[in-house]
Amino acid sequence: MSDYKLSPDAPINVAEILKDLEHYRPRRRGWTWRKPVPNLHMGPFEYREATEPLKRSVPLPPAHYFGDIDPQPAPVITTEIASGRFEDDIRRMRMAAHHGADHIMVIRTAGQSHFDGLIEGTPQGMGGVPITRKQVRAQRKALDMIEDEVGRPINYHSYVSGVAGPDIAVMFAEEGVNGVHQDPQYNVIYRNINMMRSFVDACESKKLIAWANMAQIDGAHNANATAREAWKVMPELMVQHGINAIFSARVGVPKKNICLSTVPPTATPAPCIHMDLPYAVALRDLFHEYRMRAQMNTKYIESSTREATVTHVLNMVISKLTSADIQSTITPDEGRNVPWHIYNIEACDTAKQALIGMDGLMDMVELKKDGYLREKARELKERAVLFMEEMLELGGYYAAVEEGFFVDSGIYPERNGDGIARKINGGIGAGTIVKRDKQYMAPVTAHYGYNNVGQYGGDPANPSALIGGCTLEDPDKIIYIDELDENDNVNVRMSETRDFTPGGKKIRPEMEWLADGTVMLTMFFPAPKQIAEAAALECAKRMNLVECEVISREIMHPQDGTRIEVKGKVPFEIDVDSLVIPKEPDVLSDAEIRADIERRPMKIVAATVGEDEHSVGLREIIDIKHGGIEKYGMEVIYLGTSCSPEKLVNAAIETHADAIMASTIISHDDIHYKNIAKIDQICREMGIRDKIIFIAGGTQVTPELARKAGADEGFGRGSHGVHDATFLIKKRWEMEKEGKI
Amino acid sequence: MKREDDYLDRREHLKDLTDKQLEERFWELANKLVDPLLEMGKEYTSPAIERSVLLRMGFSSIEAKAIVEGCVERSLMCYGAGNVVYRLAKAKNMEIRPAGLELVEGRLWDDAEKLFKGGNEQ
Repeated sequence: MSDYKLSPDAPINVAEILKDLEHYRPRRRGWTWRKPVPNLHMGPFEYREATEPLKRSVPLPPAHYFGDIDPQPAPVITTEIASGRFEDDIRRMRMAAHHGADHIMVIRTAGQSHFDGLIEGTPQGMGGVPITRKQVRAQRKALDMIEDEVGRPINYHSYVSGVAGPDIAVMFAEEGVNGVHQDPQYNVIYRNINMMRSFVDACESKKLIAWANMAQIDGAHNANATAREAWKVMPELMVQHGINAIFSARVGVPKKNICLSTVPPTATPAPCIHMDLPYAVALRDLFHEYRMRAQMNTKYIESSTREATVTHVLNMVISKLTSADIQSTITPDEGRNVPWHIYNIEACDTAKQALIGMDGLMDMVELKKDGYLREKARELKERAVLFMEEMLELGGYYAAVEEGFFVDSGIYPERNGDGIARKINGGIGAGTIVKRDKQYMAPVTAHYGYNNVGQYGGDPANPSALIGGCTLEDPDKIIYIDELDENDNVNVRMSETRDFTPGGKKIRPEMEWLADGTVMLTMFFPAPKQIAEAAALECAKRMNLVECEVISREIMHPQDGTRIEVKGKVPFEIDVDSLVIPKEPDVLSDAEIRADIERRPMKIVAATVGEDEHSVGLREIIDIKHGGIEKYGMEVIYLGTSCSPEKLVNAAIETHADAIMASTIISHDDIHYKNIAKIDQICREMGIRDKIIFIAGGTQVTPELARKAGADEGFGRGSHGVHDATFLIKKRWEMEKEGKI
Repeated sequence: MKREDDYLDRREHLKDLTDKQLEERFWELANKLVDPLLEMGKEYTSPAIERSVLLRMGFSSIEAKAIVEGCVERSLMCYGAGNVVYRLAKAKNMEIRPAGLELVEGRLWDDAEKLFKGGNEQ
């Protein structure tokens, strides 16, 4: 086996992940939930519903105010990653895990549902990834390393549907896939796969899902996404959930592993919480033995990422007011394109931020026990019961589907006659199921129905013993296929982008695939939409972008302004070695600085020196309200503007200051450096230079020249209080060590 | 079918149920709906199910597909593709995998057919 290890200081090496896959074995099976830690203390806060923190992660942007804490909310957080190139998705998975995702869902390539068998190798996908054994192994292996890095198990997930459901379910059970979508109703309604074939196959698939202890998610949310008026299918959604839930439980999937894929059906500008909350309550009433996978609304997403984000936060308010075991995320660019890296990460952050922000909410508020909420919930449940009563009157599930019962835009019992109808003998795979003979036999583990190994003297409770164990007991029996297509595979794709391997010499912007060159530009034009769109494309063209396309347009005013977002590709590459990379300023944490000031107070005299009336810059460095050094407890004696160097040094002596801070903005004739040199000279003449720290700053000050002129350090444009404070503390440590003070 | 919302008429028999009774009714109906579907799963098999059996018996996806297609052509699916391979292996005194590979190569199908259709009790 390859001894490659993930290093926190290096990009993930996909080529290394792909080595030795033939010998890879998954290290566990089954789903993992987060571990709650009641009353978790992190930074200055206590959390009521947080879960075990991560070893390594990227916290929310303002976390640095609170000691870089990254509290993790209770629900498992899902992100869907499937760009068409699974090798590039591996890097995105690592980023997502660091932003709090522990459920990575891989969408399948267009058309896989109708592929009768397993796809092998690593062909490129369209709108998803061809799910193959090699691809699954590579991603599961990568996630094993990533979960060790972040310190939390990561659930890997894809789909058991289409006409090859049982084939895929076996492969997933063998390869340690942790969660799946499985719902025969999805095949029937959305993929036009024969309904009898779908349910017969589903029995076998679910048996395997149960054996591998996978979490199962149903497909009911699709009715919401498909229906003309999404909120009207609420009774039907409960029926679909009910059918798949009880069907799965009776095949043997534990109820605690059966998750309802539930979406708040509507979105703003509808009064969505008022409409969606009773539905969420009704669902949780009926399905209290099952788990909730809270999906976000995709039905009404437009191209505005801001709007999509707000919708999703409102969806999470529903999750919080009711419950969610798994909180899915939808990337806010879903309405534009196949999701980009940055939007997967945004979506994970949105979920983490919203859920942790609402930590403990239900300790303070509760849903009303009567009135509209409960009455509406009751009504929805009754409508669902009536729906099922009529299905049975018609002759059962198959007959109801033939009647077009599902995805009708009327709120049941209202019917608009626009449901999706399927024929019992129609669809893909019609006529392919075969009645089992009395001699029928299947000598394998996790087979649905009678295995009949008894006819050969086998043990029906352990059917695979007849053949010395099947692949589920002995993974060495699995036949691994590497590649079937010599042109369409990961090796060819990676050799084409080899020069851009992360950590290497060349780099290009990227949204989706390595070195894709894609960039996005945001523009505003004081013009109506059509002019703005054309002007935006012309701008992008003149900026030498290629393959330009407007991906979002928002009217600010029909005549006075349009906001446009354009994507395009840069046709060049950047040589990393040619870049001039400024050194990152070295800063101490706020806590370290405060602790040192507590240990030994520090007094600083400060002024703008020379004939110079500028005060803003220095005030920003000093004032507590601007985040200046006073906040650390440093004592600052501010002498104002146009202060002479002599006055400044004298004040330092009189007050026994530890440091002098001079601001010098005016720079003609190098007066700023001359003033710095003068202060240094006076300090020497007064015999205090060894004992005092002297720093100088200003917009035209360069650190090197300030030091040359005699300051201990200079601070130019972009400096903040923390930079000055860090230097003052470190310089004092140095002086203490040298015995000067 | 088109129909006005007649919920208020239809719900008459439900309106006096307690929430608990309504919940029980929901699951009673759901169970009734899936009874025949679960039964059908026991009585029938499909190409995908038989491929999944062969995968578990140690055949690749390509081999499993070829064997199942052979079984469909010769109407052997009702016995189970795994059964066809198993019985052939026993009759020829072979290991499971080499016996299946013979079928993949298009050989021994007549022998396989005879093993089942000789004494068919269907």
